[in-house]
Amino acid sequence: MLLGRRLLSRRHRLAHCLAQCRSLETERTAGSAVPDGVLSAFRSVCGDDGVSVGEAVREQHGKDESVHRCCPPDVVLFPRCVEEVSALAKICSRHRLPIIPFGTGTGLEGGVSAVQGGVCFSLRNMDLVLDLHQEDFDVTVEPGVTRKALNASLRDTGLWFPVDPGADASLCGMAATSASGTNAVRYGTMRENVVNLEVVLADGSVLHTAGRGRRPRKTAAGYNLTNLFVGSEGTLGVITKATLRLHGVPEAAVSAVCSFPSVQAAFLDDVMMDACNRFSSLSYAVRPSLFLEFHGSEHGLEEQVHAAEEISQGNGGAGFQWAKDAETRERLWRARHDAWYASLALRPGCKAYSTDVCVPLSRLPQILVETKEDLVANGLTGPIVGHVGDGNFHCLMVVDPGDPEEMHRVHLFVERLARDGFGEQGPISTQQPGPGGLGGRGGFFTVVVVVVAGVVEAAGALQSSTLQLPQPGRLSHHAQAMAQYKPGTAIGSTGGRG
Amino acid sequence: MSGRVLVGVKRVIDYAVKIRVKPDNSGVVTDGVKHSMNPFCEIAVEEAVKMKEKKLIKEVVAVSCGPQQAQETIRTALAMGADRGIHVEVSGKDFDLLGPLQVSKIMAALAKKEDAQLIILGKQAIDGDCNQTGQMTAALLDWPQGTFASEVSLEGDKVKVVREIDGGLETIRINTPAVLTADLRLNTPRYATLPNIMKAKKKKIEKVKPADLGLDMTSRLEVLRVDEPPQRLAGVKVETVADLVAKLRETGRL
Repeated sequence: MLLGRRLLSRRHRLAHCLAQCRSLETERTAGSAVPDGVLSAFRSVCGDDGVSVGEAVREQHGKDESVHRCCPPDVVLFPRCVEEVSALAKICSRHRLPIIPFGTGTGLEGGVSAVQGGVCFSLRNMDLVLDLHQEDFDVTVEPGVTRKALNASLRDTGLWFPVDPGADASLCGMAATSASGTNAVRYGTMRENVVNLEVVLADGSVLHTAGRGRRPRKTAAGYNLTNLFVGSEGTLGVITKATLRLHGVPEAAVSAVCSFPSVQAAFLDDVMMDACNRFSSLSYAVRPSLFLEFHGSEHGLEEQVHAAEEISQGNGGAGFQWAKDAETRERLWRARHDAWYASLALRPGCKAYSTDVCVPLSRLPQILVETKEDLVANGLTGPIVGHVGDGNFHCLMVVDPGDPEEMHRVHLFVERLARDGFGEQGPISTQQPGPGGLGGRGGFFTVVVVVVAGVVEAAGALQSSTLQLPQPGRLSHHAQAMAQYKPGTAIGSTGGRG
Repeated sequence: MSGRVLVGVKRVIDYAVKIRVKPDNSGVVTDGVKHSMNPFCEIAVEEAVKMKEKKLIKEVVAVSCGPQQAQETIRTALAMGADRGIHVEVSGKDFDLLGPLQVSKIMAALAKKEDAQLIILGKQAIDGDCNQTGQMTAALLDWPQGTFASEVSLEGDKVKVVREIDGGLETIRINTPAVLTADLRLNTPRYATLPNIMKAKKKKIEKVKPADLGLDMTSRLEVLRVDEPPQRLAGVKVETVADLVAKLRETGRL
């Protein structure tokens, strides 16, 4: 995916999204939008146990871990295999019902909110690890397999899947959202690590993006359909299998923490460190800090750690602590991985809203300093955490959803942040979570990022010609926003928990 | 002291697998099902390897009892850092009836043969949940035992063990040679790396039979039947307290 300029859409559209979601919620009652005939058609495909209109089940499938309001679907289905997914999709297509795929519900952008109601496909029963090829370093998984479950099943093989977005997310969900995370600097994001996908399109047809059963390490042949679907966030189809590239477990790993006198000098800011200390019962210096992890051979590591220590000290870093054994390393990193929950714990009862800005590395210190100043000046709680290696940082805005004045201040702050991120020259992407990437779903922002206008049109064509929009409303919002802006900007969005 | 530690490792159905009972209720389905090392045995191996890395002991020997496939589990232990393995071959009917009493006889015999300073086992296996092998082995050898260990420190010819018990933590000091059983919080087992897996292929695994050790594997237990736990039925919501009382009377609870 090209990094291009991303643009904010107008506020009135945002307000419209928000209003739309709220009014839909009050109007819709249990399963009212789905005729009984359709429900029995669903039941004939996946059994009585596989169809639920229960309120609690629908609510559980209408929200994720973000601050966004729950928008429950009209019915939740639990297919057990790709044939069932295909048959169910055909039924939805015939009756023009929106489809919302659901993996683990650990996203941060309201990606599973059923803004216009519809049918949720909960894929948790498809949880097999298939086709492990140890010598070729690849494995195929179904959507119910989470990243920790995969690594646990691989523990005897010397291989692992290193993309770690923080949560124990569904791997197919991670493919759909193009997840990144703390290991991206060394191992890449989902884009670099998904080799093939099996996707059920809205009309029920089953597509293998790199060919059925194929798992080439590289290919120079034709369209890269796999990477069209990676990051498509459920708008182009339901992912039912992902073939992933595995890596060797590093021979040795060393983690280090170093604190710095200022945010500019370091990375996890002091508010975040304080939150982490309190949450995880740790006692790091409450100062902006950098967490580092080195993977490699024993000798290679010594050199790396030594070099890193010198550089940190040269830049005012102090208290360089490092750990070699698994338990201490895990404790060191737990502070960082639990950043989301630690932030929430700062103000119990509040929700957290993650901003996600990515700038060229050289611009990072400047924008961090300005962000910090803005937060303090406006009395906002926003611990900062991120993956420096990518020039990517998150402000975890902890906000009381019942306080409209505070929500408004956060809203303005985030707009300014997006504009500042955008204001930097060169390829930048400001990814504000919100109604999830492509268009509005009833949240704070419609992040519109347009890359090469042609791609949007192609995606739109794919949707309307093949069939039914599985997620109506998203792409069209997008197209509208596009009309306003110059071509040459980029689309998509991902929120981040850090 | 010999500086040699015996670690028992058992091959069990992987903890993440959904167990299914055979249609004839004679046991659970094991054919084609993913197997791996018992999680508590992984912790035991890790503890022994850590002791060796700290130069507190000299050699870690991994032992497993079972058919040919038991060797896979020994290889995993070797990849984690054990020096060599002993595969005690038990198959067919003998293997179906292999239980804590038989395994503890084997471990006791091997401990004498190998002049072991310590035996470390997992506290229990996730298939049988017996939690008996460690204790029986210690009794057969007349050695002290430190079971449910969450912390172990070697102090000369003694071992200090912190045990997880119902009321909290109990610290004891016992003489070596001794039997220890590993509990969950003792350590976090390492992942095998590719270079170590390759090195493990070259390490030795010795094969012995129980008869070679002069042991009788007969079991005094017979499995009659294996059933799944009963299906959980849906609950019923009642509107008033009177309804609740009526329902309880109806089902004979009151």
